[in-house]
Amino acid sequence: MSFPWAKEYKPSHPFMQWMDDRLPLPRLVYNSVGGGYPVPRNLNYFWNFGFLAALCLVLQIVTGIVMAMHYAANTQVAFDTVEQTVRDVNWGWMMRYAHANGASAFFVVIYVHIFRGFFYGSYKAPREMVWLLGVVIFLLMMATAFMGYVLPWGQMSFWGAKVITGLFGAIPFVGEPLQQWLLGGFAPDNAALNRFFSLHYLLPFVIVGVVILHIWALHIPGSSNPTGVEVKTESDTVPFYPYYVAKDGWAIGVFAILFCTALFFFPNALGHPDNYIPANPMSTPAHIVPEWYFWPFYAILRAFTQDFFFIPAKLMGVLAMFGAILVWFFLPWLDRSPVRSGSYRPLYRKFFFFGLIPAMAVLFYCGGAPAAEPYVMFSQIAALYYFAHFLIVIPIVSAIEKPDPLPFSITESVLGHDEGAQLRPAHGATEAVHGEA
Amino acid sequence: MARILSILVGLFFTVALAWSFGKGAYQQITEPPAATAEHEFHLLPKEVSFASDGAFGKFDRQQLQRGFQVYKEVCSVCHAIRHVAFRDLAALGYNDAEVKAIAKGFQVPVYNNATGEVNTREGMTTDYFPPVMYGGQGTPPDLSLITKARHEGPAYVYSLLTGYQDQPAELLKKFPDSKTPDGLHYNPYFANLNLAMPPPLTADGQVTYSDGTKATKDQMAKDVSAFLIWTAEPKLEKRKQTGWPVLGFLLFATILGYMSYRNIWAGKKH
Repeated sequence: MSFPWAKEYKPSHPFMQWMDDRLPLPRLVYNSVGGGYPVPRNLNYFWNFGFLAALCLVLQIVTGIVMAMHYAANTQVAFDTVEQTVRDVNWGWMMRYAHANGASAFFVVIYVHIFRGFFYGSYKAPREMVWLLGVVIFLLMMATAFMGYVLPWGQMSFWGAKVITGLFGAIPFVGEPLQQWLLGGFAPDNAALNRFFSLHYLLPFVIVGVVILHIWALHIPGSSNPTGVEVKTESDTVPFYPYYVAKDGWAIGVFAILFCTALFFFPNALGHPDNYIPANPMSTPAHIVPEWYFWPFYAILRAFTQDFFFIPAKLMGVLAMFGAILVWFFLPWLDRSPVRSGSYRPLYRKFFFFGLIPAMAVLFYCGGAPAAEPYVMFSQIAALYYFAHFLIVIPIVSAIEKPDPLPFSITESVLGHDEGAQLRPAHGATEAVHGEA
Repeated sequence: MARILSILVGLFFTVALAWSFGKGAYQQITEPPAATAEHEFHLLPKEVSFASDGAFGKFDRQQLQRGFQVYKEVCSVCHAIRHVAFRDLAALGYNDAEVKAIAKGFQVPVYNNATGEVNTREGMTTDYFPPVMYGGQGTPPDLSLITKARHEGPAYVYSLLTGYQDQPAELLKKFPDSKTPDGLHYNPYFANLNLAMPPPLTADGQVTYSDGTKATKDQMAKDVSAFLIWTAEPKLEKRKQTGWPVLGFLLFATILGYMSYRNIWAGKKH
């Protein structure tokens, strides 16, 4: 994998030599995040979010394991064990707030990471597999976050679980038995809480596995970059260590400052007050809303208020909600434009900034708002554009658009000239051939 | 082929949405939703500030003790604070003997394993505040987390306690069906305007503060709200005090990180 000019791992210490001959783990690290991984030199700050996402995952696993040590998955005591952790366990309050806000931070980072991909065409050949695995990670994250939110067994935990598992009830014929099977009962109760806890502990490690595949797949073609022009020569790249380690390092600092500001000074700003009320199946909250990171998809779910021919509104909503994410799987084949980066795609760029981004913003806002007018109408318009964007606009735009001229190489885009590459005969070809990966 | 398929799927969703939108819009125009009393007369909590507010906020121990007194003498008749243990009260500035005396003043239930009877005994510092049985109308919520369990919780508690009033004539004129039912009490800070709890703070001087503070209704409401901020988050002070050195360290580390980033990338155009 990687480029011919990638530096090779040469252990200097005899022990490392010994180790490398038997289990080349240091070599793997060197080639993944060390001097052996050449990365385009022109990455902007949007490329820091992959590293930040990995950091969030580690943070969630560490704080989560500590939380699990003090938690009991039983409807009688779950709420109280969380409160005891916060009140009586040393630094328990910090672990709890870090875990709850860590989930939010993870989603903030991941949304930026995904929209980076949308804009710069990171999903395009030869990185389809990176993209597909990324969507899988996102789906796993949503499942994990949803089940984690149920564990404190507050009002929103209970009613959120009821609404979301109720979605399976919309599936024709098998819906109701399926829902009961998933819950282990007619409504969320002890059986559901226990399996949610079990899965909430399992899925993060599944995510770790898929993240490893995600990074593996990334290292075959190497990182994309803001111009979307593939790496051609050594001058297009810098080794990951020290260049991007330093850049990620200081980005982590900025992230940590923002995260700790939320953690220590606004720890409940993103949570719903109702989840500080113990779950009560006999009392429905006035507005059932999921955590903020689900709002766009929740808005899509609720946007379908009318039966469509023979399809009930609820089933339409469920189809659309899942479809809104599943459509991302098809993105590499919906967008046929040979140009990756939105910077060189004038038409696509317009739809991205004036269509997709505002639509997402409206869906975010309306998903957290009560299910009443005018929010439903706003989310209907925004959801309409959302689906049109991926399924109609992108295929048509990629067919009719005339892209701006691309720089010859990354080096040229940075320095304004690229002597090395000008000599090469491959001028005009958009893809560089870099060995059989 | 793939493009046609995708456009067809796209049309499926967009047309379904347009249909929902159209019908919804038509309904809005032909039968606009009726206004409700809750919608028009519900008020957001009043502006009120506490010593524990803000990034440098600290509890006012005197006020917490006064608030606890209000809780004990007024609220605790109906409301429990089951997440709080008597030992926690030391954080309010009580000494060991005082905490012991407070615990002794509460009866906690004990289950007799031999006879199966439930009896009570005097509280000990390790006990939690006992449950409160209430047989009247409504369900008095546990108050330990109340200021976190409501939007703008502290201001909400304060506003609710000081917000009881007669139902405005304007409301009855506009919504003749919305007269406060018997046994309920009108309070515009409560979500559906009528709540079962009778006004708990009825007169100035209802409790006698030992620190000489004048026990006006407003003062008592404020004090008990402050106390309930503490019961909801006893670690609030520690959280804020921890935050500052953490941020200071991170700022320092980030500046170092930025400098090393600049140093390493120096001379490398990107």
